[in-house]
Amino acid sequence: MKYFPLLWATLWRKKARTIFTLLSIVVAFLLYGMLQGVNAAFHLSIDNANVNRLIVTSKISLTEPLPISQQQQIASVPGVSGVAFAVWFGGYYQEPKNFLFATPVNIDDYLHVVPEAKIAPEQVEALKRTRTGLIVGATQMTKYGWKVGQRISLHSTIWVNKYDGTSDWPFDIVGTYTFSGDESQEQGAYFNYNYLDEARTFGGGTVGWWIVSVKDPHQSAQIAARIDKLFENSPDETKSQSEKEFTQGFMKQMGDINFIVQAILGAVFFTLLFLTGNTMMQSVRERIPELAVLKTLGFTDAKVTVLVLAESLLLCLIAAAVGLGLADLLFPMLKNTIGVVRLPSRVILSGASVAVVLALATGGLPALRARRLVIVDALAGR
Amino acid sequence: MNDIVSLSQVAKRYTRGKESVEVLHSLDLKIAQGDFVALMGPSGSGKTTLLNLIGGLDRPSDGDVTVAGERIDRLSGAALARWRARHVGFIFQFYNLMPMLSAQANVELPLLLTSLSAAQRRQNAQTALKIVGLDDRARHKPNELSGGQQQRVAIARALVADPTLLVCDEPTGDLDRKTADEVLGLLQTLNREHGKTIVMVTHDPKAAEYARRQLHMDKGTLVPGNTP
Ligand SMILES: Nc1ncnc2c1ncn2[C@@H]1O[C@H](COP(=O)(O)OP(=O)(O)OP(=O)(O)O)[C@@H](O)[C@H]1O
Ligand SMILES: [Mg+2]
Repeated sequence: MKYFPLLWATLWRKKARTIFTLLSIVVAFLLYGMLQGVNAAFHLSIDNANVNRLIVTSKISLTEPLPISQQQQIASVPGVSGVAFAVWFGGYYQEPKNFLFATPVNIDDYLHVVPEAKIAPEQVEALKRTRTGLIVGATQMTKYGWKVGQRISLHSTIWVNKYDGTSDWPFDIVGTYTFSGDESQEQGAYFNYNYLDEARTFGGGTVGWWIVSVKDPHQSAQIAARIDKLFENSPDETKSQSEKEFTQGFMKQMGDINFIVQAILGAVFFTLLFLTGNTMMQSVRERIPELAVLKTLGFTDAKVTVLVLAESLLLCLIAAAVGLGLADLLFPMLKNTIGVVRLPSRVILSGASVAVVLALATGGLPALRARRLVIVDALAGR
Repeated sequence: MNDIVSLSQVAKRYTRGKESVEVLHSLDLKIAQGDFVALMGPSGSGKTTLLNLIGGLDRPSDGDVTVAGERIDRLSGAALARWRARHVGFIFQFYNLMPMLSAQANVELPLLLTSLSAAQRRQNAQTALKIVGLDDRARHKPNELSGGQQQRVAIARALVADPTLLVCDEPTGDLDRKTADEVLGLLQTLNREHGKTIVMVTHDPKAAEYARRQLHMDKGTLVPGNTP
């Protein structure tokens, strides 16, 4: 590209201004990368939701318990291939900010329905043998530096332990699990439902929700309807949803992250549009005599237009590359909060296209002005 | 006689709102290959307007403009731009160099429009700078050069693509006597030794003496009789 030195020299014509503009765009794209990354991470759990599974909760609310006696009835619904349950435990380690999604389960049922959770067979056996056993997600093991065999205590925000009257529950770590296809699921822990059920002061014989696997995902809706029909008019009416619907609904409760992210970024880029557009316009205005000279030398209107657009592209792409690169570097620091390790590549790709759109939007008007410039008027200062 | 420039019945009008002002009136002019013409006349007489028509920077309202064998009044904008790149070198009163480019890069600018390789472009620009005696200043930016040196860089830029015609609008208007004489001497050498055809607008009778002939304009017409 033989015009590059000309472009480059033009871009740095006013160094301070270019650096200031560049920095503004870099910050905007850093923000873009981080926010869209978080957004994408949240949606990852929706994308990863298993189509073979239904989540059955109480019709009244997500947190209303259901009787464990429903298990047999759900299992007998045609098309159901497995039923497991889980219970809210609301656990944290030492401090509330160390939230640990510990779930009381029947491990055999659970692994049958959620085969993505991978636990070594001998550790599964160890859990069954150890009443206070705990299988911890790989991420949490490294985060706290825990070892198998270690005794820890988790505080429950829900359940009181009737043996000592506190909400502290002692556990013995007997193993770890990984979760194939979704590292963000490795932040939890599993333990024996029986431990909770025997020791809790209320709520005995109840579960939080059912996890139901179906034989044919195309039948999901019908099976969900059959389950809900089964408990219609009983004291424990249910609401069955696909795992995807359930996750989406759950996300909605935490606020519409997608909307917030798009709104913030919309505001940032709207401002940037004016800032960069103004810089480009100013720079073209100052260069009118130079642009006239280029045209005098035989640069066509089209060529001058492309040069101005290319300058704006160069500015935006450099800044976007730096901003998104920084986001890619910083993003892994959020691992403990959102569980995703790398900035998703689609965020980088969408960021690059935003940079191109920004360049064309901010370079468009100045390019048009350069194109329309009449040589003799510009040379005469008219 | 081989005419490089041939204007016949050329008129130029500017319309501002409803008013139309004619600044060139049915003008005829021929300039032969190898000539060096000084165009003189009072301010506002239309010298720059005429020069812009010859150089293909502007189009006449009426009449034919043939330069270097082409009816340039009929060319489209892009074709005219390409024609300028091939045939005309421009030199202005205020040099009009690119401030952020070195002398060398300024001189190479017109060559970007040719198919020359980077090495050839560098070579040709160096040759042009040598002709104007500034090969030792190739790396300097315009603001590191004196007015006379800047004008010589501008001349090198006008020369580098080997144009048919050099068009100069008051090239020494901003220079002191001594520097002006150097620049004019350079133009004269280009005309005498390199055979460049030159049309130069000037206010300065001393500058005009460097030319082979002088044309005088007044109120949009060429004043007859004073040139052979
Ligand atoms: N774009 C334009 N619109 C209106 N009038 C114009 C335009 N360009 C030139 N003129 C007028 O045309 C006339 C001739 O202008 P021109 O620039 O050719 O004069 P000149 O002989 O070069 O003068 P000077 O010696 O001052 O440079 C002037 O009266 C000028 O005001
Ligand atoms: Mg003039």
